[in-house]
Amino acid sequence: MTFSSLKPVAPNEPDLSRRLFLKLGAAAGGGLMLEATLTPIARAAHAESAPAAINAFIRIAEDGAVTIMSKNPEIGQGIKTMLPMLIADELDVEWTAVRIEQAPLDEAKFGRQHAGGSTATPENYFPLRKVGATARHMMIEAAAREWVAPAGECSTKAGVVHHAKSGRSLTYGALAAKAAALPLPDPATVRLKDPKDFTIIGTSIHGVENPKIVTGQPLFGIDVTMPGMVYAVFEKCPVFGGKLKSANIDAIKALPGVIDAFIVRASEANPKGEPDGLVDGVAIVGKSWWMTNKARKSLAIEWDEGPFAQNSSAGFATQAEKLAAGAPATVLRKDGDPDAALKDAAHVVEAAYSYPFLSHIGLEPQNCTAHYENGKIALWAPTQNPGPGQKLVATTLGITEKNVAVHMTRGGGGFGRRLQSDFMAEAAWIARQVGKPVKLLWTREDDMRHDFYRPAGFHFLKGGVDAKGALLALKDHFVTFSKGGKIANSANMEPVEFPAGLAPHLEFGQSMIEFGVPTGPMRAPRSNALGFVFQSFTDELAHAAGKDPIEFRLAVLGEPRILVNATGKPDPLRDFNTARMRNVLLKVAEVSNWKDRTSLPARTGKGVAMYYSHLGYFAEVVQATVKPSGEIKLDHVWVVGDIGSQIINPTGAINQAQGAALDGLGAALGQAITLEKGRVQQASFDSVKPLRMDQAPPVEVFFLTPDYPPTGLGEPALPPVIPALCNAIFAATGQRVRSLPINQNTLKA
Amino acid sequence: MSFTIAVNGTSRTVDVDGDTPLLWVLRDELELKGSKFGCGAGYCGACTVHLDGMPVRSCSVPISAIGKAAVATIESMSAHPVGKKVQAAWLEMDTPQCGYCQAGQIMSATALLTEKPGANDRDIDEAMSGNVCRCCSYTRIRAAIKHVAQTDAKPAGAR
Ligand code: FES
Ligand code: FES
Repeated sequence: MTFSSLKPVAPNEPDLSRRLFLKLGAAAGGGLMLEATLTPIARAAHAESAPAAINAFIRIAEDGAVTIMSKNPEIGQGIKTMLPMLIADELDVEWTAVRIEQAPLDEAKFGRQHAGGSTATPENYFPLRKVGATARHMMIEAAAREWVAPAGECSTKAGVVHHAKSGRSLTYGALAAKAAALPLPDPATVRLKDPKDFTIIGTSIHGVENPKIVTGQPLFGIDVTMPGMVYAVFEKCPVFGGKLKSANIDAIKALPGVIDAFIVRASEANPKGEPDGLVDGVAIVGKSWWMTNKARKSLAIEWDEGPFAQNSSAGFATQAEKLAAGAPATVLRKDGDPDAALKDAAHVVEAAYSYPFLSHIGLEPQNCTAHYENGKIALWAPTQNPGPGQKLVATTLGITEKNVAVHMTRGGGGFGRRLQSDFMAEAAWIARQVGKPVKLLWTREDDMRHDFYRPAGFHFLKGGVDAKGALLALKDHFVTFSKGGKIANSANMEPVEFPAGLAPHLEFGQSMIEFGVPTGPMRAPRSNALGFVFQSFTDELAHAAGKDPIEFRLAVLGEPRILVNATGKPDPLRDFNTARMRNVLLKVAEVSNWKDRTSLPARTGKGVAMYYSHLGYFAEVVQATVKPSGEIKLDHVWVVGDIGSQIINPTGAINQAQGAALDGLGAALGQAITLEKGRVQQASFDSVKPLRMDQAPPVEVFFLTPDYPPTGLGEPALPPVIPALCNAIFAATGQRVRSLPINQNTLKA
Repeated sequence: MSFTIAVNGTSRTVDVDGDTPLLWVLRDELELKGSKFGCGAGYCGACTVHLDGMPVRSCSVPISAIGKAAVATIESMSAHPVGKKVQAAWLEMDTPQCGYCQAGQIMSATALLTEKPGANDRDIDEAMSGNVCRCCSYTRIRAAIKHVAQTDAKPAGAR
């Protein structure tokens, strides 16, 4: 066990001097233009995402208009509103005076531009504020020179510099051109605001595109249209990795509305075997999407289904049980002597947990519009990851990246699916063949059957508590999946998974099943499944120990201390602080009236769970009623989070936390992707059920704001909600949910 | 085949196959991109429009079945007496996350509040459960509908 010292990390400005580079210029038409580049932080805020660099861009025109460029893709996480808030506050302008523009993809200029891993806040909170503060500093400097007054006597408010002594003032617009001619200040002399002086940060700023959304204006990838545009669909093998033997191309070409149809072969279009590169299939291009898609019904394709044609969910479960009977192939972590400890334990619990593959089901199906001309291609895509998309398109077409222009559109949900760029590669290949602007659009069925799924998993657990009811030992044999012998994307478990470092005796073992299913990150990757397993099993242990589930967890967390992150290298940003988790747990007990849970009506129960992911500490309580039919009614959810000292945009934060909690509940109640004969059996929202209005309970959200740097919120509110629900079901019925989705038929009175 | 339909108060003629769903006529022939495609099968409500004031899933209504019915889409809601209040309430509550479902949500909510200006929770459950919000902004959708319902249900001076 390694502990680093328990030192609070005050949310002070880190040393940015060697990382933040500012460039000053005159804006076209006069005014000031400030560009900033931030070199990557050596320690990534999240292991999965590459270290992010940032770039910001402010333009102050002579008429006083302030434009802030927002560099990252917007997929509903609110980034297009939140990042510019940081700059605008320090610049000291009124939010209503700010215009926001979506930056184009240019990672050389803007740094990493992606949406993933809840990284935007920890990466940008201080640097973007510094950018705004620098521009403000220059406005003051320009005014001070103009007035021949000391800069220290000048102040700013709402885009105006004031000199109180002489009663003079000048607007930023009037100063912009003069400021642009000044040298850049030494960053060390540029002061950030004291948080108590914030005028925008910490206030609720509504989504900047809301007016367009509620009036139905085109914003999303699917809305892109171009003169002379044609439409495309792409039929792939229902079995992953299948190869096309033959297809009735001539018959398809003869259908009404069809302009062209052709076979695409991975051997030619994706010779390197990129995981999200092209696969074998048939592309159909037509004059309307409806007619083009209708032509698919006449397709007759003969497939060689390949080596994964026998993959099935039932088969995976059988294989997992077989593997669990033996020793794990690898031991991820071993502390103490768990086998001996389990022999000595006063109570031992043994349980097998499992969870299914999941599809992301963003409401906007994958799509991309592309135009290839003279060796260059332009693409418009709802992507979370435009940089890798650009690379993939370049590789696919064998052209250089500078000949691939990617325009980010708003995305109708992302949830991790749009980190993969398969739909962009397809559109690019088809566009080159067609030579006209083309919009590729998947159906819902395509989307559900050709996802990069949240991996399924199996956990065979054994845990013991001592005579006093304290956690003594825990063993997990995790059966997960591999591809070509390597662990599948997002199918891994880190050796710091709870309760590692907190249980005196612990073993995490792992075995793998080789398979052909594409997998990838999904909102709170790994955590969305592991939270269910370990927080449900913790509840089982609490009950075995005869303890209140919150008291039991508090005891496991023990004295306030720091557990070093998975890299083994202490890092104040990433290490797990048990005190912060204690505090959210205590707060959720208070706001949810945890003490009163014993007086709830029959078949109504409260369950609790906690989870640390993406640098955020969350504890949640769900109250649910299980009807005599077994049907679950969600009564109420309480969410308590600690994501640092400052909630940047409270309205956006609450929306994200409520959405994440309901998202998890929807998945637990009605979602699974299953395989049979290598095929995904589900195709639409009749069999994979998103949560609906009549199921959605009230969700109350609370934030603790201790003195730690602000961190992200897209993901960490999700993982605890599923085990909190399962634990509530146990409280209501005495029945333990060990497999997702919850089978309500087994919960009948 | 040629079809003439009334969309947002204007008569529009399109040349498409009779089985073409209204959604694709609106989106790709008439360049009204506000109505969205989510499933094409009646499950998600992203494509909801009004036919003579009734909310329908435009992905599942062929153009040949429209006849003389008046089609209203999200693009005309600013001119709809209830629709504009619903849009204002959506803004007031900062409802959208990704926003993709919201045109359909607003169309369903407008139809509900036109018929039942004082809609209660049960009415909301019934009228809105055909509209999926994958981002789960349900708390705010409900709050926005209630906001309109409460302002409308109580005439000035009541209680
Ligand atoms: S697109 Fe019409 S109901 Fe889903
Ligand atoms: S806001 Fe994203 S689907 Fe509703």
